[in-house]
Amino acid sequence: MPSKDIKLNEQVKLQNSVSFAKRFKGVDWRDYIVYIAFIGVIIYFSVTLYDDGFLTTSNLLNIARQTAMISIMGVAMTFVISTGEIDLSVGSITALASLTAALALKAGLGLLGGVAVGLGTGLVIGVVNGLLITKVAIPSFLVTLGMMGIVKGLAMWITDTAPVPIVHSTFNFLFGSGDIGSIPILLVWTLVITVIGHIILKKTAFGRQTLATGGNEMAAKFTGVKTSKIKFLVFVGSGLMAGFAGLLYAGRMHAGRFTFGEGDELSVIAAVILGGTSLFGGVGTVIGTVIGSLMIGTINNGLIIMGLDVSQQMIVKGLIIILAVAFGRKTLKK
Amino acid sequence: MQQPLLSMEGISKSFNGIKVLDSVNFSLHKGEVHALMGGNGAGKSTLMKILTGVYTADEGEIFIEGKKVSINNTEDAKRNYISMIFQEFSLVPTLTVAQNIFLTREPKNSIGFLNEKLCNEKTKELLKELEVDVEPTDVIANLGVGYWQMTEIAKALSQNTKILIMDEPTSSLTKKETEVLFDIIHKLKEKGISIIYISHRMDEIFQICDRITVLRDGKKITTENCDEISMETVIQHIVGADLDKAFEWKERVYSTEGTPVLEVKNLASGTKVKNISFRLYPGEILGVAGLMGSGRSEMVRAIFGIDPIDGGEIFVKGKKCTIKDPVDAINVGIALIPEDRRMQGLILQHSVKENIILPILSKIKRGIFLDNRKANDIAETFVKTLNIKTDDIFKTVRLLSGGNQQKIVLAKWLANNPDILVLDEPTIGVDIGAKTEIMDIIRKLADSGKAVLVISSELQELLAVSDRIIVVHGGEVVKELKRKEIHSEEVLQHAIQGH
Repeated sequence: MPSKDIKLNEQVKLQNSVSFAKRFKGVDWRDYIVYIAFIGVIIYFSVTLYDDGFLTTSNLLNIARQTAMISIMGVAMTFVISTGEIDLSVGSITALASLTAALALKAGLGLLGGVAVGLGTGLVIGVVNGLLITKVAIPSFLVTLGMMGIVKGLAMWITDTAPVPIVHSTFNFLFGSGDIGSIPILLVWTLVITVIGHIILKKTAFGRQTLATGGNEMAAKFTGVKTSKIKFLVFVGSGLMAGFAGLLYAGRMHAGRFTFGEGDELSVIAAVILGGTSLFGGVGTVIGTVIGSLMIGTINNGLIIMGLDVSQQMIVKGLIIILAVAFGRKTLKK
Repeated sequence: MQQPLLSMEGISKSFNGIKVLDSVNFSLHKGEVHALMGGNGAGKSTLMKILTGVYTADEGEIFIEGKKVSINNTEDAKRNYISMIFQEFSLVPTLTVAQNIFLTREPKNSIGFLNEKLCNEKTKELLKELEVDVEPTDVIANLGVGYWQMTEIAKALSQNTKILIMDEPTSSLTKKETEVLFDIIHKLKEKGISIIYISHRMDEIFQICDRITVLRDGKKITTENCDEISMETVIQHIVGADLDKAFEWKERVYSTEGTPVLEVKNLASGTKVKNISFRLYPGEILGVAGLMGSGRSEMVRAIFGIDPIDGGEIFVKGKKCTIKDPVDAINVGIALIPEDRRMQGLILQHSVKENIILPILSKIKRGIFLDNRKANDIAETFVKTLNIKTDDIFKTVRLLSGGNQQKIVLAKWLANNPDILVLDEPTIGVDIGAKTEIMDIIRKLADSGKAVLVISSELQELLAVSDRIIVVHGGEVVKELKRKEIHSEEVLQHAIQGH
């Protein structure tokens, strides 16, 4: 019967529109606050600083170069924070790794040797962090706070605070200074690590178990998730990526130096939280982290072009971070 | 007829165009204990949230002592002397009883500093009134759950509450604590305080309530005096359609010859489990009865590798196995549906799908990636077969009702296809409709050849599903009964009490 068909059609249409409306309603803009804020910041600087060259390709690529280390450490930190833990030692690790890599290159171990020693430095510290947190059951905040001091001390001690120059041109090209065509190699590394991190978090069993561990450790344990193993691995990953960031600092500056990465741990944590990862664990996003990192970098860059001095930069940066997180709060009172 | 203390008239409320309350009337007399019953999604909590100012009604009016009031927020509710005691208590564990009771209303001295002494004295009076044996200076975390509830009640009293709402107040209490609570409820009645009592436990309701109101699908079905209605009728009102003899036991056929799928010999663990032995056969449902503290939950924890085993042996399909952590237990084919699903069973902020696939992540991989389509299929299938009421598989588990949450915990383990299912209090805090469904699922699982161990403090439920029942007392198996030999609940009750 045609009339019945029409009715049925209408019903289907109605249902479709309802489900569409519902889907639309289900989208909470607060989940995307970092993207909105990031676009807002870009538009603002583009308009106000257009004549000062903010929107030039070279300046934008510069931002990508400056934020690469924070982004890369942020990817690994997203996993750590997703399990409900924290890693404060990453800044110090970059310093020590830059020095050990530089020393290895100086000693003639070659490109692979230098890279292996730098990454190995981060890996070993990550393993120690992981063991202390899972086996000795010390809260990660304390373990990594202590480790931050120890590693920094080692970095200063190893060459008596002297920088170690790197003359290995392939190393310097691959880890920081090079460009592929007009694309800075640091941007390439950022993209590669981001994509890998995103896939691991969202598409693999390990990622799912990471989020489960942070979401409800007891339930995850009862389900057979080896939560200690997961936690151990995220700290190893964080150490490893901090070591990698150390290589990038070294390659970019053609030297290893104990001052590299100073205060980076806080920038990294800020990027992760700004990106939408929950400080209490269970919810995490790698892409959000990288956008968060880019946003902090863009703000830095814009403020410098504006001619603000360091003290003003710090104040404005702090305000923007607090505002962005405040607007993203679900518990915001209506 | 006297004027009611509270009367809610024609209350309606919709969310996203779906009517969850449809012109509901509810009244409460001074000094009355009024039970509010209904299945999940019947509208009980919405109605109470309207009364306490968490939600505002779309339509309808609220009268207190005949005067129309508007309750738009929790402050308004407090002003009208309405308090609610939540299922999950709202106490700060690190503070003392007195500090909790007067939190945000701390007595201060003339220069504005806290007056601890006055605070403790006032608390002492309150506790004395309730005849609760606690010191005001006791820290909450050091007290039993039962005392937390007393503290909540004392807190409500200190605010001169006239209407007290209790949501599943006995769900975490032992039998003894429940008795103490009932004594207190009687005292509150005498003081003229009215109580709205939300519970799924029929026997309790008939024990202490004066009237019962049943809601179903957002509508009021009936309000009756407790002594004029039978339990059977109440159940029928709640379920709607005729309750298909959910609690009736049917003899099931299975073989107890051959190798048991699980055999526990002289198990000892910690101080609570001393000497437990039993056998569980494929297709069998073995009930475990015992009082709170008898060691039954601890026994489960030991078998599943959560607590260390101090003595004894566990055989699965005739093979001796060492179970050191849950992973070992899962690997030999045991699944545990734990007692506290919110703390131990689910990741509340994750979706239905993510919870269901958590134990089988390694089985739905394609290369190193998760097979998303397969994951969705599995989740969809379980939502359908277990009749889980959710908008879709991406909905956050936190937003679902207790019964549906429990079904998700079940789905989670069924997806892993275990041989042995251990269910600890499978229907706690679940409404009668979902309870029936869960018991049916248990029966079907056993029919399909799985071995099921059910631990429950609800004897009715144990008697309805078990083929055999072992009774645990003081950490030992003191009795083993074939279901056929148990002719009444009393027989089992006696066994459990240890005589």
